[in-house]
Amino acid sequence: MATNAYVEHAPGYVDNVGPKIVTSRFGDPESFKLERAEATDAYSALRAVLQMKPDEVHGQVREAVLLGRGGAGFPAGVKWGFMPPIWPRYLVVNGDESEPGTYKDRLLMERDPHQLIEGCIITCYALGLNTCFLYVRGEMALAQERIAEALNDAYEAGYVGRNIMGTDVSIDVVLTWGAGAYIVGEETALIESLEGNRGMPRLKPPFFPAAKGLYMKPTIVNNVETLANLPWIMLNGPEAYKKYGSEKSPGTRMLAISGHVNRPGVYEVEQGKVTFRDLFYGDNYCQGIRDDNDLKMFIPGGGSAPWFFEEQLDLPLEAADVGAAGSMLGSGAIVVMDETADAVKACLRVVRFFARESCGKCTPCREGTTWEEKILQRIQDGHGRPEDIDLLLDIGSQISPGPYPAAAFEAAGETAVPFPPKQTTICPLGPSSVAPIVSAVRRFRHEFEAKIPGTLRVPSSFALTDETSSAEEVAS
Amino acid sequence: MSRLNPDNVLLAKEIIGRYPRPKSALIPLLHLAQEQAGYVSNDAMEHIAELTGVTPAEVLGTCSFYEMFKREQVGKYMVNICTNISCQLNGGEELLHHAEKTLGIRPGGTTDDGMFTLEDVECIAACTEAPCLQVNYRYEYRIDNDGFDKLIGDLRDGNRYDVPHHGTLARIRQHLDPERAAGIEAPEVTGKPQWFADREPEPESEKETA
Repeated sequence: MATNAYVEHAPGYVDNVGPKIVTSRFGDPESFKLERAEATDAYSALRAVLQMKPDEVHGQVREAVLLGRGGAGFPAGVKWGFMPPIWPRYLVVNGDESEPGTYKDRLLMERDPHQLIEGCIITCYALGLNTCFLYVRGEMALAQERIAEALNDAYEAGYVGRNIMGTDVSIDVVLTWGAGAYIVGEETALIESLEGNRGMPRLKPPFFPAAKGLYMKPTIVNNVETLANLPWIMLNGPEAYKKYGSEKSPGTRMLAISGHVNRPGVYEVEQGKVTFRDLFYGDNYCQGIRDDNDLKMFIPGGGSAPWFFEEQLDLPLEAADVGAAGSMLGSGAIVVMDETADAVKACLRVVRFFARESCGKCTPCREGTTWEEKILQRIQDGHGRPEDIDLLLDIGSQISPGPYPAAAFEAAGETAVPFPPKQTTICPLGPSSVAPIVSAVRRFRHEFEAKIPGTLRVPSSFALTDETSSAEEVAS
Repeated sequence: MSRLNPDNVLLAKEIIGRYPRPKSALIPLLHLAQEQAGYVSNDAMEHIAELTGVTPAEVLGTCSFYEMFKREQVGKYMVNICTNISCQLNGGEELLHHAEKTLGIRPGGTTDDGMFTLEDVECIAACTEAPCLQVNYRYEYRIDNDGFDKLIGDLRDGNRYDVPHHGTLARIRQHLDPERAAGIEAPEVTGKPQWFADREPEPESEKETA
């Protein structure tokens, strides 16, 4: 029963009106317990799946157009089809959620671990995978506890392990966890980490996980939210799933909306149906910007995404539209900043994140992100040099050459540059650090200039006009 | 003397058995060492190397990459304050400054009594509840200065039984009962599961000949 309000036992989650595909059990304070999950149909999708041929299961997921929820938005059913007929093959669940602003996977792991485990077994069954490794971010102690307990109970009840539900199907699910590294959310870095190495991404090609993944064997890496959708799809069928959301992106998404809004929260929202304006100002969602302030900018898809502004408010939450407008929906993290936010400070903070989290494998990213941070810090501290703004953009173009994706800025006659950016690095971390710089400089260059001694320090709107000078004359 | 104790050696062997290759167990084992001693010592890394059959340098290589592993003694409580974008917008940096003053240390420092280590950390996934922090990876949401002082007081007085000492993550572990496990072997000796082979559609050519 949707109450359109916060749920006390799941801090941050708003029990909203609308379809519930992955958050259906969030209303129950003890939803993570096996008996409570079983009472609400947990593992009944698995029971049905075990009666089907693996091929049919794969076919249904393909038909449902289940898009990956980790950031890239690639259809899971298609990704699954890339595996060559080589065994052993593995499933690795990416629960290393650390993108700034994102926290859907943590809630899914804490509140409904059985839904996730069921999704894992369905995937393993469809593809004939030998073992599933469930990789949870190191800092999420509660999620690790809940999954460990859920796995112990599920093994005991015969939903996982040898002879699942009395059939000959045998699949192990192993809980494993990280130790604090954002880059491990990148799938090849995750595999390196799972092999016990430093979590540095591998070059693609040749190391596409579906062909050469864990131990150089075919491996599927799927996000937690992606797999959490599977029990519902298998229980209700792909046709029912496609009734929700839009044609191009069926189903729902969990969105974490934070920052300067009246009711920040994690919402399950139908894909493609609502606009950013609905989300920020709608009564069912964030209920407006705090103190009725004006919106200054917002990040539509996690720290890696180029920023959007007022003009983009009416875009639907559809990957293709957002991409064409110059950003991405990414991991479903929206950060809203009102007029009081300092563009330089916000830009510095996001860049600093990438500088700290760069793994150090590729030179443009290792050096570039650090330089970006240092230059932004000195601008913020008032020690910037007049050439620093162009220097920042130049460093950015060494990490990500060519026009960088950005939102249109009609007042300055600049059109949108569509996503994604080019890169001189192995993974997208380095190029992501350029997003806040290009977004902020393009739009708020005057704020940078105002902090740099020797450039125009007075915002043009406050410059002396005839009116003010005459007022001063009167005063004197 | 901070090699793994006998109980933890047994646990370590169980953990190693869960992975197709022993080296994959490195991160869980380093967490185990940190749970035992509060930090990861050189002796513990050597011991882990012996258990997994890799060199101590490889263990150090992995250990030094990950932020959560501390290679020297830290406080009983790690206070990790988030200052990333959502928290910054809602006062995370001010909270950090307050914490610096209250505890008398800078981020990375430990109080003289060995109780607290302060760190400014990146996004810890509670952005709508900003500003937030973690004490030994347990969340505190929407925390203000008074709330912070109360938290520190409670921790000092030993009133927070829900927060274990530094190094302990999940207090419930997965236990793989060999009777119930499907069995995990090295990739070299693992083939297509029989149950999957039995359910595969027959190749077209075989159908024709049949």
